[in-house]
Amino acid sequence: MATYSTNQFKPGLKLMFDGDPYTIIDNEFVKPGKGQAFNRIKIRNLKTGRTIEKTMKSGDTAEGADVVDLELQFLYTDGEEYVFMNPQTFDQLIAPAAAMADAAKWLKGQEMCQVTLWNDAPLSVSPPNFVVLKIIETDPGLRGDTATGGTKPAKMETGAVVKVPLFIEQGDLLRIDTRTGEYVSRAKE
Amino acid sequence: MRRRAAVVAALRAYFDAQGVCEVATPLLSPQAATEPTLSNLAVAHPFAGSRDWYLRTSPESAMKRLLAAGSGDIYQLGPVFRADERGRHHLTEFTLLEWYRVGYTLSELMDDVAGAMAAAGFSRAIARLSYDDLFAGQFGAPPQVFANAELAALASARGLNLSAADQQDRALLLDCLYACVLEPALKTLGAVFLYDYPPELRAYARLGATQPVHAARFELVVDGLELGNGYFEIVDAEEQARCFAEENATRAARELPLVAPDSAWLAALSHGLPDCAGVAVGIERLLMVLGLGASVDEVSLFAHELDDEQHGACSSIT
Repeated sequence: MATYSTNQFKPGLKLMFDGDPYTIIDNEFVKPGKGQAFNRIKIRNLKTGRTIEKTMKSGDTAEGADVVDLELQFLYTDGEEYVFMNPQTFDQLIAPAAAMADAAKWLKGQEMCQVTLWNDAPLSVSPPNFVVLKIIETDPGLRGDTATGGTKPAKMETGAVVKVPLFIEQGDLLRIDTRTGEYVSRAKE
Repeated sequence: MRRRAAVVAALRAYFDAQGVCEVATPLLSPQAATEPTLSNLAVAHPFAGSRDWYLRTSPESAMKRLLAAGSGDIYQLGPVFRADERGRHHLTEFTLLEWYRVGYTLSELMDDVAGAMAAAGFSRAIARLSYDDLFAGQFGAPPQVFANAELAALASARGLNLSAADQQDRALLLDCLYACVLEPALKTLGAVFLYDYPPELRAYARLGATQPVHAARFELVVDGLELGNGYFEIVDAEEQARCFAEENATRAARELPLVAPDSAWLAALSHGLPDCAGVAVGIERLLMVLGLGASVDEVSLFAHELDDEQHGACSSIT
């Protein structure tokens, strides 16, 4: 893998630090008045999602991380392995539950997901920003109650639990923002 | 564009009223800057076999030659060039306002800078803070108390990778701590003159006579952003020659190209430079703190033109 000098750093570049793959979020060139130049970078660990700041001397190098993002279709799971397919080549790819993290609870099948590979192995999976899911279990709806702003938990067909307004009924289809895990609106299929 | 013109006109009016004479010195020079932290931009000489010319990193050498020739107080407003500098606060080509006051102390020059800033439209009060006090506020004691190994440990604890050579390079270690700790701290301190630097960071400032030794230097820092650098200038040619030699020693230790000392500068000092204090202020950054933009790109109409993919790498998305 190539090495990159600080003057090639830019947001989105994938680099290795302390054995983990990171992506650069922000890169700032810092130079004390008459002094040595530095790059202060904000980087996100692609395994843990944690963001840290790091200061490097300008001219120092870091090894590139072999990280690629693919748009793949989720097919099915047996609970431990998650099977994806590339809709162009029909190649299949298996992601372990660890790489799925929170993504798994929003997927029922057919969704296009962003799968991040590190050294050709699935590292993380991002579900679509919005999904439509059916409620399989919730308290009976309070008809007409669209104003009080109260919420109740609802269990979705994938097992995810979402807070929903009181007027929502079991069997309703809901549009959900997977980035926040919040109810957006009712949906018609 | 018009606000930039108004700021520049106000600065010229200030110097005119103060009796400081505007000068223009060459952008091209056969002499490169020796400072190890500056990277010179060379221009290929049109005649094959001749030595390269350099675009000036500052007009300091030429202006000191004028001062030694008896010019009295002078100022210059013009472009300077620094290779390898590009970012939210850095342009490879930027505009520097540099001026010298004959017979001024460093403290008098700070008052003068405050006057020029006010003339340019900067209405905030500027506090004074010694480097030692800033450093002690963050690390419990002033820098002279810390051995190199202790400074290196402080920098390493903040995630810096330091080579064995780096750990012996006191100026570099102090710069590391500035970048990691002091600069972020200055962001909360408003407008300050940071003065009396550790001797390792003297640049071309004179050293004080009292212990602990400090360099008679200041920086004007506004919300963490360095706007200007002022020195009580070295007038002794031998002392200046020692600075150049030390800079080349630092260049060698940092594996940077060596630069021949500036003989015209040394000749001017041998001829006799009057006691004086000088300062340089970055105009694009001044425009930033006056509210004209959040980055040097926003106050510089043509900043993007030199940005190929590599340089664009340093500009930021936030």
